[in-house]
Amino acid sequence: MTVLPTLPRPDERRGASPGRRSRRLPGPLGRLRAAETVAALVLLGVVVAALAPGLLAPGDPLAVAPADAFTAPSPAHPLGTDESGRGIWTRIVHGTGASLSIGALATLLGTGLGVLLGVAAGFGDGRWPGRAADAGVSRLLEVLFALPGLLLALVVIAFTGPGAVPATLAVGLATAPGYARIVRSQVRRVRRSAMVEAAVVLGRRPGTVLWRHVLPNALAPVVVLATLGLGQAVVWASSLSYLGLGSPPPAPEWGAMLSAGRTYVQVAWWTTVFPGLAVVLTAAASTVLGRGLARRGDAS
Amino acid sequence: MTRPSPTEATGEAAPRRRGAAEHVLRWTLARVVGGLVVLWAVATLVFFAVRLVPGDPAEAILGGPGSQASAEALALVRQEYGLDQPLLVQYLAQLGRLATGDLGTSYSLRTDVAGLLLDQLPGTIALALASLVVAWAIALGTAWWATLGGRVAAGVSSALEVVAAAVPHFWLASVLVLVFSTQLGLLPPVSTGTPVGLVLPVVTLAIPVAGFLGQVTRDSLLDAASAPFTVSARARGESPSGLFRRHLLRHAALPGLALSGWAFGSLLSGAVVVESVFARPGLGRTLLGAVTLRDIPLVTGVALASALAYVVVVALGDLAERAVDPRERAS
Repeated sequence: MTVLPTLPRPDERRGASPGRRSRRLPGPLGRLRAAETVAALVLLGVVVAALAPGLLAPGDPLAVAPADAFTAPSPAHPLGTDESGRGIWTRIVHGTGASLSIGALATLLGTGLGVLLGVAAGFGDGRWPGRAADAGVSRLLEVLFALPGLLLALVVIAFTGPGAVPATLAVGLATAPGYARIVRSQVRRVRRSAMVEAAVVLGRRPGTVLWRHVLPNALAPVVVLATLGLGQAVVWASSLSYLGLGSPPPAPEWGAMLSAGRTYVQVAWWTTVFPGLAVVLTAAASTVLGRGLARRGDAS
Repeated sequence: MTRPSPTEATGEAAPRRRGAAEHVLRWTLARVVGGLVVLWAVATLVFFAVRLVPGDPAEAILGGPGSQASAEALALVRQEYGLDQPLLVQYLAQLGRLATGDLGTSYSLRTDVAGLLLDQLPGTIALALASLVVAWAIALGTAWWATLGGRVAAGVSSALEVVAAAVPHFWLASVLVLVFSTQLGLLPPVSTGTPVGLVLPVVTLAIPVAGFLGQVTRDSLLDAASAPFTVSARARGESPSGLFRRHLLRHAALPGLALSGWAFGSLLSGAVVVESVFARPGLGRTLLGAVTLRDIPLVTGVALASALAYVVVVALGDLAERAVDPRERAS
């Protein structure tokens, strides 16, 4: 529930404190650590499941077979079945698309809003319009930080009502302040660089400076943070579904499956444990990969 | 969400050699004013959000669109709640009520929101504080083990931290209940007043926080472990555990303390999940009920209470940072 987008410390980015040198794989993956390779493979599997669920699980995720209800994991149903006899594995694979797209759209919304607010706050040169924008955005962020984590998402859902779309919006809004703060500091750093100063002296228009010089340099960390944040968004969205505020249960979506399985956890542990494991794996993989990307980005 | 830079975390640094009393006064004043501004802004945002969302507030008070309220009933409610007044009048009246501590009446429970929150607060505070203590114990314990235990310990603890930080509360809670209540029968699956009932909720809340605190703690420990003062302490013959306790521990704790506002957020959003899984009364469960029933006064009340708590927690974290780090006090 608590994946936080932070950049690794400088010495970790170098990845070379004495005696802690990591093993490298040969070939094109040579620049990835073993853990990052595993993480990348897990995410690749998740993406395949999202794009072509039929490849991994040919069955129908909604086909009801009451006779098979609550079958323990077996060769026919590798992860068991739920209260209607639907295979958990099939439903997890077919639910990947929904869960992942909610997480991805929420991350996109969060980073998009974060970039807008961060650029508005950070791009000014300390004179009137920029300074006012910075003060305004900074105060707004302070207020949003006072409703941390899921809290802002819950408040948003109180106004919009439950559902998959409100949950996506809510998670996106709840993650935006964190991104905005980082984009602001990045933009301010680039804004003061000699490169930007030169462009301004050469008479480039502010729009050109922003588009050609500031944004490309300030957005690189955002890509890394979005990778780290994707896991967090998936976790939050599934938490909202679990609480009955996201996708409604019949849909094969991880949080909705968990919410339905909650009632039967004493009878059939597999209805809760495996969908949750899918969330944990996705979140952990995106954390590991995000940290790896951060280290590589800094080295190059 | 993210590690604040040192200047952001400590507020504006006062010039040196100013009187201590004046320094404390300025610090307190800045915190109080900042806190009031945050509370006012939260109240304002919520007030206008209600008016922006489609749907009639009067209908919401009577139980939503499904209630089929009559026109007379709606008119009566509008008059009673002042919804027929101009927006600005309503807004000022609302701020006036909030300033006197009147948070209004819950739509769904028909009780005073302030009283309701005061009833629910102690349970959640106890849960969050206990979890925070356990999380710090786990994080520092792992960091200690990772620094002294060599490469294998460092690798294992790093992997554990990543997984712990990625685990959703609701899943952790279900798995812990399955193992310790259903299978082993050691701990109750429902948390009522007893201390034993507090164990599973506290562990559930603590593990993700510990995973994250562990990550930042260790980053800072590794920096400190290669710093000159460590080398000189070693040269003086300091033992590994003495080195950890006397020299590295402060450095390990600092980034975690700077993140106290974030930890508070994690604990509070975790409390929403944990209190509903373990059927434990508290602020989180109240908020979930209020959100589900779209009980706006209650949601506003919880949001304001949490914003207030956030401001206090960040101030306390700042104080703790100053207590641990002499460099902060000197500036």
